[in-house]
Order: sequence, then C-alpha cells, then structure tokens
Amino acid sequence: MELPKVTFWRIVIAAITMLGVYYTVLRYTKGLGAVTNLSNKYPWGLWVGFDVVTGVGLAAGAFIIALTVYIFRIDEYKPILRPAILTGFLGYSLVAVGLLYDLGKWFDVWHPIVFWNPHSVMFEVAWCVMLYLTVLGLEFSTVVFERLKLHRLNHLIHILIIPLSILGVILSTLHQSSLGSLFLIVPTKLYALWYSPYLPLFFFISAVSVGLAMVTMESFLSMRFLGKGIELNLLNGLARVNVLVMAFYLTIKILDMAGRGVLGDIFSTRFESIMFDIETLVQVVIPFFLLLIPAVRTSAKGLFVTSLFVVIGFIMNRLDVAITGVEASSGTTYFPAFGEVMISVFLVTMGFLAFAYAAKYLNVFVHVEEKEEGPVEIIHDV
Amino acid sequence: MAKMGILIDTTKCIGCGACEKACKMRNGLPLDLENNLSATAYTVVQERLPGTYVRRMCMHCQNPTCVSVCPVGAFTKTAAGPVTYDKNKCIGCRYCMYSCPFSVPKYQWDRVVPYIQKCYMCADRVAEGSEPACTAACPTGASIFGDRDQLIEEAQKRIKDNPHTYVDRLYGLEEVGGTSVLYLSNVPFEKLGEPFNINLPDKPLPVYTWAALEKVPTIVVVGGVVLTGIWWITSRRDEVKKYEIKHKEQKKLTGKGDKP
Repeated sequence: MELPKVTFWRIVIAAITMLGVYYTVLRYTKGLGAVTNLSNKYPWGLWVGFDVVTGVGLAAGAFIIALTVYIFRIDEYKPILRPAILTGFLGYSLVAVGLLYDLGKWFDVWHPIVFWNPHSVMFEVAWCVMLYLTVLGLEFSTVVFERLKLHRLNHLIHILIIPLSILGVILSTLHQSSLGSLFLIVPTKLYALWYSPYLPLFFFISAVSVGLAMVTMESFLSMRFLGKGIELNLLNGLARVNVLVMAFYLTIKILDMAGRGVLGDIFSTRFESIMFDIETLVQVVIPFFLLLIPAVRTSAKGLFVTSLFVVIGFIMNRLDVAITGVEASSGTTYFPAFGEVMISVFLVTMGFLAFAYAAKYLNVFVHVEEKEEGPVEIIHDV
Repeated sequence: MAKMGILIDTTKCIGCGACEKACKMRNGLPLDLENNLSATAYTVVQERLPGTYVRRMCMHCQNPTCVSVCPVGAFTKTAAGPVTYDKNKCIGCRYCMYSCPFSVPKYQWDRVVPYIQKCYMCADRVAEGSEPACTAACPTGASIFGDRDQLIEEAQKRIKDNPHTYVDRLYGLEEVGGTSVLYLSNVPFEKLGEPFNINLPDKPLPVYTWAALEKVPTIVVVGGVVLTGIWWITSRRDEVKKYEIKHKEQKKLTGKGDKP
C-alpha cells in the first residue's frame, strides 16, 4: 500500500479533523459552556438547529426514493436507490452523533426507550429517529451483505424489504413533520412569519423538496469526484416532481400567512423579515423559476445549481426557525462559537468521507459505467 | 386535594431579598445575591420600576409546558401543586428551557454533567404540610403560601377593597391555563417587564403541540393501509404485465419488450 499523496483537499480534511478532535475533547472534558456560545437565555444553538433539525431534513431523500422504487415500483429510479439510502443512513447517523455532542447528559441518550412521555414531540422524534435509523441500516445492509457474499442474510433482507420500506415512509412522515411540531410550543417566542399551526406540514413538504435536491446534488458530485453517478433523465424527473412540490409549498405558505394576517410582514425591514424573504427566495422562488427554463432542467450543471439553491435555502429555513426566529424574544443575541462551527463542519466532513469510501468499496452506484473524468452526462439504457 | 400556590403582592415587597437568601440557604447555593434567575438562584427580586419590586420564580403552571415537552418525563406536576424535576431521568436536551413561556429553567453550563435548575416550591416541605423557605422568610407578607383557591379569593378581596391601589388583574389566574404562583400589582402588568409584558394565551401551551401529536396514530394506521394498498396494486400490475408478455411470446406475437 502506498502512502496517500498530499493534496489541497487532504490538508483541509486533516486540519478539520484535528480541530474537530480538539473541540470534541474540550466539550467532553469541560462541558457545553466551554465550547459553545449557548446560555440560559439561548439554550438551543447550531447543534440543535443544524446537526439535528437540518440534518434530518437533508437525509429525507432516502424515504422518497424507497417509496418510489419499492412501493410505487417505478423501476427506472432503482439506480438512485442505493446512494439515497446510503446518504440517509449516514445523515441519520450524523444526527445521532450530533445529539451526543449537544445533550448535556449524552450518556443517558437511551432514556426515552425506558422513560416515556407520549405528550412530548421530542419523545416521538427520538423514537422515530431511532427506529428509522435501524430501518435504514437494514435497507443498506443488503449492499454490505452482497459485498461479503452473505447470501442468506441478503435473502432475509430481501423478504423484509417491503414492510421495512412502508415502515420507513411512515416513520419519516411522522418525524419530518414532528420536527416542525417541536416549535408549536413557542407561540410567543417564535417570530410570526415562521410560527404557524401548519409548521409540521411545512417541515414535511420542504423535507421532500430538499430530499429530492440532495439526491440530485450527491449524484452530480459523485459523478464529478468519483466518476460514478446517475442518469440525467432520472434527475430531470426528480426536478419536475420538485417543481410541483415547491409550488405547493409556496402556495400553502402564502395562504397561511394571509390567513393569519401576517403577509404584510414580508415587506417589513425587520431583520427577521429580511431573513425570511431571503430564505424563501433561495429555497423556493429562485429554484422554481430556474426549473421552468428547459435549458436548466436538461443540463446536469443546471440541475446541480438549482438543487444547491434548494439545499441552502432549506438550511436557512431550519436555522431561521430554530435560532433566528426566537432571537428577539430571548433578550440576547446568539452567534455560534468557533468550536460549535468546527464540530458541525467536522461531522459533515466525516459524512462526506464515509460516503466516498462506501461508494469506492461497495456497489453503491449500480448500472452506471465508470468514466475517466466527470462531469459527464450519460445517457444509458437500463 | 389541595393545590397549593404562592401569592406575590408587589405592592408589599420592599426588595429586602430575605426570600432569596432563605432559598439559597435551603438549597445549599452560593449565598451572594444575583440579578437574574440562574442555576444558582431559583428566585430573585428585581427592581422593575423605582420602588417597585418583582420576585421571579418558577410559576408552577397548572398545565406546565416543561412537563409536556420533556422527552423522558423528568418534570412532574405534583398533586400538591409544585412542579418538580428528576435529574436522574433528564438527558439534557434543554427543550424545557427553550419552550418555557416564563423562561424559568436554567442550566449548569460549566459542568461536565449538567442538570436543569429551577424552583421546586420546596416540594418536600410542602408534602410535609409546611411552606416553602421563601414565603416563610418574607417579613412583609408580600409572598404568602396557601391553597391556590383561597389565595385567589384573598387576592380578589384585596383588589375589591383597594380598587385605587391595585390594577384589576390577578396575573396567573388564566395565563397559559393558570399558574400556581399569582401576582398582584399597583401598576399595569405590561409595565413590569418580563414575563408580564409577553402576551401569553389563556390556553395551556401543551394544547398547541397535542393538536399535532394526537394525529400520530391516524397517520400510522392510514399510512400503513394506503402504502400497503399501493404496493399491492403496483405489484399486481407488474405480475399481470409479466404474464401478458409471456402469453404474447407464446402466441409468437411481436409484443413490445418490457424491461428485463
């Protein structure tokens, strides 16, 4: 085995890893106060807002593609299935790891299994995430079993895959929406443009939208860096579905704001209103109109850029709801500490690395030939 | 069952801080007085307007938000009235801090194993038929402990007897479904600052999330049935397709070849 070459990206990853390890040690030896800018007035910050609330949404592609392939039986999308489930599995694993950083008593993370409170949204989310992570692990295990030539185990998963997928879709529907329900309890704290009784619905629909966008993005990046990816016409199909999803999302958002009499607030010059406007433009309006242009819809780069908008807008939305939206009522300001940011960057980097290694050593991208250089748009007969 | 409570009459409070000291002694907290509620101050007296003092503490809601949001049920609304916290159950998610409408729960940020800290109305003393340390220490009767219903009667009597002194409002009677700690004031409550200036609904906050949570069983059942139904239809469709292709091949007709 030869030593890895020193490249720019390897240096970056090494630096991130070292900082990540440093702040990890600090967090577990000195406590949350030593690493974060959290305070009594601002108990939730980047780790809840990004690592958990955003992370779960970004991993939504897995249940959508599983639904498409296993339940709707649209076989054309089979090539996307494995990368989507891998992303989901890694995404949810990172959420679990992120929780271990954020929970004050992280070693008691298993408590919701024994101490029940069905009136708590957090309790429901905890159970759904636990169960769904198991489902994703089983769904993905078939790729590992295949590699290890464990045919019997593989067969077992094959038998279970339909009930598992149905369970996965139900669990995802529940917790993607419940992440929105988390914020129903703060009607007086969350800024009116974000606080709505329909938060669960908004969270669910935007998760579907970002799930589709994430699958598109990771396919493009895989093609570029790993020479493995997915057919353009499939991504095009996802984009067309996403146009409908985004139109629906925007419509019900506007109707809801009008119904609550806060629609005028979008023209306010308040910090929150401006953030809301930017978020909505990036997450929905811009990608929606971009996708209406045929040249964008039919090029890999166009789809990538559009998806990037959706993903960034989605992240903004979740951070706005969890962090920005409650700032005014908190009586203080919050900006994540360097250590908080580094831990989040560290976790995301580990996720990317895990994906890259899995894609390299396991049969994640099936049906697609390897090419020397990307990005390449392959038109391939299935 | 008597639901106990505390009546805080801001007109009688002289800001001496005896309640704070008594609380800190009782709970073994560092004795220096603090400006705000913290992990080491379960109650504080704050001068909100010149000469007008407000004592902050846990409101001990009738239908507490913290009890409903805690994923492991670490909070309990006891039959006697106090809202208590079980540090052994707590996992440290801080959802209680995020959601408490009165921003009462505080955290031990500087500890490796941190806990939530808040007033528990000396639940152990209350259970023994005694009263909390703070009300016992109050020299002017600004804080009195008693049966909540009787405290409400007393407060309403004070308002009725001294209409020029008190504003006609008993804070905590209705707010978020009512609280065990009640406030009287001689200035409009909004002017006293937090939490009185927050326009809290009379509906208990857990009602807002329950509206979403109660739909969970329906989603599970309907989702299960619908998804299984769709799968059954699509798989049947595929079977029929396969059968037809096979049939057509047998009849040597040129059928459109489907995917392998």
